[in-house]
Amino acid sequence: MNATAEALFVAEPFQASGDVVIDCKVDKIFYGDFLAVRDSIVPIEKHKITGFIGPSGCGKSTVLRSLNRMNDLIQVFRFEGNVMYHGQDIYAKKVDPVVVRRYIGMVFQQPNPFSMSIYDNVAFGLRLNRFKGDVEERVEKALRSAALWNEVKDKLKNSGLSLSGGQQQRLCIARAIATEPDVLLMDEPCSALDPIATRQVEELMLELKEHYTLAMVTHNMQQATRVADTTAFFSVDISQGGRTGYLVEMGPTRQIFEDPREQLTKEYISGEFS
Amino acid sequence: MNPRQPPGIRPRLVAAGLGTERHRQPFPHSQENAMANPFPHAQSASPISGPPSALEYASDRIFRAIALSAASVIIILTAYILWEVAGKAMPAIGDYGLGFITGTEWDVNKGTFGVLPEIWGTLYSSLLALLLGGVFGIAIAIFLTQDFINHRLATIFRTLIEMLAAIPSVVFGLWGIYVLIPLLKPGAEWLHDEFGWIPLFGSDLSGPGMAPAALVLAIMILPTVAAISVDALRRIPYKVKEAAYGMGTTRWEAILKVMLPTASSGLLAALVLGFGRALGETMALAMLIGNANQISLSLFSPANTLASLLASNFPEAGQVEVHALMYAAMVLLAITFLVNVLGLGIQQYTLRKFEGKK
Ligand SMILES: Nc1ncnc2c1ncn2[C@@H]1O[C@H](COP(=O)(O)OP(=O)(O)OP(=O)(O)O)[C@@H](O)[C@H]1O
Ligand SMILES: [Mg+2]
Repeated sequence: MNATAEALFVAEPFQASGDVVIDCKVDKIFYGDFLAVRDSIVPIEKHKITGFIGPSGCGKSTVLRSLNRMNDLIQVFRFEGNVMYHGQDIYAKKVDPVVVRRYIGMVFQQPNPFSMSIYDNVAFGLRLNRFKGDVEERVEKALRSAALWNEVKDKLKNSGLSLSGGQQQRLCIARAIATEPDVLLMDEPCSALDPIATRQVEELMLELKEHYTLAMVTHNMQQATRVADTTAFFSVDISQGGRTGYLVEMGPTRQIFEDPREQLTKEYISGEFS
Repeated sequence: MNPRQPPGIRPRLVAAGLGTERHRQPFPHSQENAMANPFPHAQSASPISGPPSALEYASDRIFRAIALSAASVIIILTAYILWEVAGKAMPAIGDYGLGFITGTEWDVNKGTFGVLPEIWGTLYSSLLALLLGGVFGIAIAIFLTQDFINHRLATIFRTLIEMLAAIPSVVFGLWGIYVLIPLLKPGAEWLHDEFGWIPLFGSDLSGPGMAPAALVLAIMILPTVAAISVDALRRIPYKVKEAAYGMGTTRWEAILKVMLPTASSGLLAALVLGFGRALGETMALAMLIGNANQISLSLFSPANTLASLLASNFPEAGQVEVHALMYAAMVLLAITFLVNVLGLGIQQYTLRKFEGKK
């Protein structure tokens, strides 16, 4: 190691106990010249919920979106490191990001239904994957899971954009889970939801993790303790002049919240973070 | 003025012709009380916030008046033109009735006037132009907006296309006569020889005709269609694009299944405007379409349109023919109106269906 690298804090790698589905090793993530995230190792365990917490702007969304190459849409984005998914680096040259996103689905921070009917929104992924089975049944199942069925069952032909913000977000969740992706990434999925719908989505997540793997960004500490099995805490490093995000600590949620190793983590979860 | 209403909304309503009394009724006294602050106690609690000043209310009202008068001028002008044309057409409408629309002959000496071939030619040439210009225009818009080329290059490209709109139609006509028709001739001949049994190629291209006219027309409406389509596609929020790619679509799937439906109302507006432009185009068509009074499916036979009938017959027309020509103008206006209403209807439908707007 050279002198500057020694000066930088790097979190101790988290030793996952179970199977790791996505093994994410970030060296550096850039937006143009701006170094957004550095040195973070974030393994996502199978059939578990991994929560990302940290102050605003620390790169949680950036890391999460790197896991299914969503950031490739941003021209200035550059990823250094590797993300192993079932033994294959998703950033390898031969890998088409389209295929990555078919298996690793995403729910975004802001609801973004398509301008088409509620039914077509949920059936979108099924049709995209040329699903041969009963589409109607799948759509209903997905809408039920997303706790939206009762509200929309009589108006499936209406536009998805005619729903309220919270309903739109649940529609987006239904759209994402209809194809039963292997891994589901959620970027603050509940920030537009009321407490009841939040509860329903959390229950859905706990149900989903029986069969799928989830990773979620949240600003809500209670939510992290309620649903996340593993928690990764990110923070911002301003010592190098920029505002660079990095992983501070990752571990079982209990340990992070009850017995954090790092002082920074302790301050953040107790609300003393400045 | 109702002080609770944000300024800027009224003028917009007025410009849209909606500034009627109906909207004012909920606050019948607002006009007199405009300057009085109804919340004197709030004023002492929040010294920074306060009602708009008298000057601000005045400028608001002035702006509203300007918008209203601009809108009225347009409406009055349109009504006046309609009145003039209808007045001049009245004798012909009385003389020929609906027979004018179903008649196929235009003979001043015999006094028979019918515009069915011209109606056919107008619709046929415009539809062909819309098909070509619409497909290419929207394709260009997709090319310019969906990350195929970088932003600066796209802007240059777009400016070039919009410059097409500035070329006078006489130039298009001349280009058609001296360049396009000779260019089309060998191909047309071959198509007619080999596939003459298909009605589209049922005759030979002897000079001016439907094909060169429709082609030039397509080029003329291309800038309109492309520019408005670019705007429609640009307006799609980034999060929609994210949603599409997030589902694992390829670029074409994202464009065909998400982007185009999302922009559909804007794209439709582009097509309707392009079609309207094609219906009314005069000069280039008068030069290229051959001005022949016949109804034919063939792309290569000469035809006529309402606008070019007007342009070519007006200069030497006597009293009787002028009346007939005014009637033809009324028919053209009616077609344009119907097309716009139809377009608006489809647009409302797509807005409701895709975007849930009432
Ligand atoms: N498209 C982009 N282009 C340039 N910089 C970006 C872009 N997206 C994010 N950034 C920068 O990267 C850093 C991390 O952003 P990110 O969105 O990952 O933060 P976050 O932890 O998700 O914050 P929040 O909790 O507010 O959502 C920020 O400094 C942000 O300004
Ligand atoms: Mg974020």
